[in-house]
Amino acid sequence: MSNEVSMSISVKEASDLSNQGNIDRRKPDYLDQLEAEAIYIMREVAGQFERPALLFSGGKDSITLVRLAQKAFAPGKIPFPLVHIDTGHNFVEATDYRDMLAEKTGSKLIVRYVEDTIKAKNLKEPTGKNASRNWLQTFTLLDTIEEFGFDACIGGARRDEEKARAKERIFSFRDEFGQWDPKRQRPELWNLFNGRIHKGENVRVFPISNWTELDVWAYLQREGITLPSIYFAHERECILRDGRLLYNTPVIEKDPEDQIVTRQVRFRTVGDMTCTAAVESSAATLEEVIAEITVSRISERGETRIDDQQTEAAMEDRKKGGYF
Amino acid sequence: MDLLRFITAGSVDDGKSTLIGRLLFDTKNILADQMEAIERASKSRNDGEIDLALLTDGLRSEREQGITIDVAYKYFQTPNRKFISIDAPGHIQYTRNMVTGASNADLAIILVDARHGVAEQTRRHSLIASMLGIPHVVVAINKMDLVGNSEDAFLEIAKTYQDLAQKLNIKDLTIIPVSALNGDNIVDRSKNMPWYTGETLLSVLETVNVLKDKNTTDGRFSVQYVIRPQTEELHDYRGYAGRLQSGSLRKGEAVKILPSGTESKIARIEFGGQEIIEAGVFESVTILLEDDVDISRGDMIVSVDNSPIVSQDIEALVCWMDDRKTLKAGDKYLLQHGTARTKCSVRSIEYQIDINSYEKLDEVESLKLNDVARIILRTAQPIAYDPYQQNRANGAAILIDETSNVTVGACMVE
Repeated sequence: MSNEVSMSISVKEASDLSNQGNIDRRKPDYLDQLEAEAIYIMREVAGQFERPALLFSGGKDSITLVRLAQKAFAPGKIPFPLVHIDTGHNFVEATDYRDMLAEKTGSKLIVRYVEDTIKAKNLKEPTGKNASRNWLQTFTLLDTIEEFGFDACIGGARRDEEKARAKERIFSFRDEFGQWDPKRQRPELWNLFNGRIHKGENVRVFPISNWTELDVWAYLQREGITLPSIYFAHERECILRDGRLLYNTPVIEKDPEDQIVTRQVRFRTVGDMTCTAAVESSAATLEEVIAEITVSRISERGETRIDDQQTEAAMEDRKKGGYF
Repeated sequence: MDLLRFITAGSVDDGKSTLIGRLLFDTKNILADQMEAIERASKSRNDGEIDLALLTDGLRSEREQGITIDVAYKYFQTPNRKFISIDAPGHIQYTRNMVTGASNADLAIILVDARHGVAEQTRRHSLIASMLGIPHVVVAINKMDLVGNSEDAFLEIAKTYQDLAQKLNIKDLTIIPVSALNGDNIVDRSKNMPWYTGETLLSVLETVNVLKDKNTTDGRFSVQYVIRPQTEELHDYRGYAGRLQSGSLRKGEAVKILPSGTESKIARIEFGGQEIIEAGVFESVTILLEDDVDISRGDMIVSVDNSPIVSQDIEALVCWMDDRKTLKAGDKYLLQHGTARTKCSVRSIEYQIDINSYEKLDEVESLKLNDVARIILRTAQPIAYDPYQQNRANGAAILIDETSNVTVGACMVE
């Protein structure tokens, strides 16, 4: 017993000492390395393009992007607008957070609505059980890029999310129709990013390409960033469908087999309500969320994204069509 | 915990994707739904055996043809380190992808099929690893189970490879007999090869010292962007945003701005708006100078007593990457080095290097896709560079076609 006590003291002292000795900034932690790389990429966008934009969804990845952009350009403001393509089916917690963050950082916020595109272009909206406006965002996004003449759009996609994304460059060239051609990607060498384009073309830039989901959570925790409340456990009325919990909202068409249940849940990703599922959880803090994800045996998109489940190449096809 | 970026290279069917799959699987980095997806996909193919290669093949045509056509990145970790695995295709026409993947790698795993020994592609991949200055090379002699786990077979291939490595610039070489399919000597020590007493692949990946590989001596800072808030309280603020390519810079240090040669002193260094005293290699910081000097994107701030070479005439090894046009003497391109971009013209092709035999070929008229050659360039503006093998970050450059805007060449300045 006395042995244990003295051991725990010596361990504590040792860690205090190592903390003191750990002020050598030339031994960066992996989060510092990822952060430095992302800031470098942000600055390359500001340096190489005339009209960049940051695609902001209110989700944790784009919240991370905003923090990185703040750090990249401090004490100046972020030198590009935040752009949100709103499906009209977004969680109110996420859109409230979006407005608050834009105000706090003094950034210009541009919101364009899928609803308006549907009306203006007379698009046919998908209907039925798993209908989602997610894919229709592409039309609004491309229109918005054209409206403002954006030559670069910064996005929060990560390569660990999905197999097609694992093959995409950090500076990802899109033709004048917004299309991604996986077979004709520009070689991306060292940290030399080639953002040269012709008028009408644009580049999608992914500064956190090399981050994993856990890295994002760990970074948010380290930076002490407050997230929208839906990322933490709360009571919510849900639709139980095919083993998944969807928010019981009027925008989701009900099916006779759906069960309405009230559960304690949190969201692991925050996208359109129609294609983002919740997970049952009691995690109320970032620390608890990280602990749950660390032991989770299911991937982020596998657990929560309904749009990827349709075919083996769902994301590849969407990206070729101009998706984020 | 630190981060290691490694590339895997090998011939078609050497089992690269299987090796990565095995590393992920044996380190418990494959999640349940990913495993189910692979099982489902494996069942619909040939023999129904679980194919770990399916973890990395991301594009439809890759899955259809069972090959990897583009650089794929995978992320995993062990209690000791985080890893970024870069999977470069082995197919001959995709050498440019290996160069792309190798440019950011700390370590290269070169796969050799134990049945075939050192093949033409092994020679090619080794040359690229050496040319791109990857500090650590691990040769994984795979499919040992198909040669009866024979020590003699291993030793013979290892000997051939060591002879080959003599001709190259490989600083740290490890050779390991493995079976990616069975997991021998990947994460767990092989029971089938008791004669092998060296390290497993994972153990090399976890312990290789990457800190020592960084150039911490030559202070080089490329200016990316000038921060000028122009608000009332920050009226005169002028900060140079950039990243330390190598070395470190300190507050109060005397510096030189290149290519102009103007001298000044560092007044302040900031990170995320907070003052810091010193910035180290690869850190993204903002530098403020004591004097009001004219600096813009593309300029470089360096230690005053340790200067790179500043010149308009440069010699470089180039790997040509365009499949539509060739490179010839007299051609004009944009050269991107650090954050500087300048026009350049090709003075001459000195010689081409046969990437299989390593022989020099003289009197070469033009370079086509995947060719490697030594060329002489004349730039419109002087560039401030260090020889690539001394300083990877400040010796690297790319050639851009001005009309198509495509990246057409990878240059290692000598």
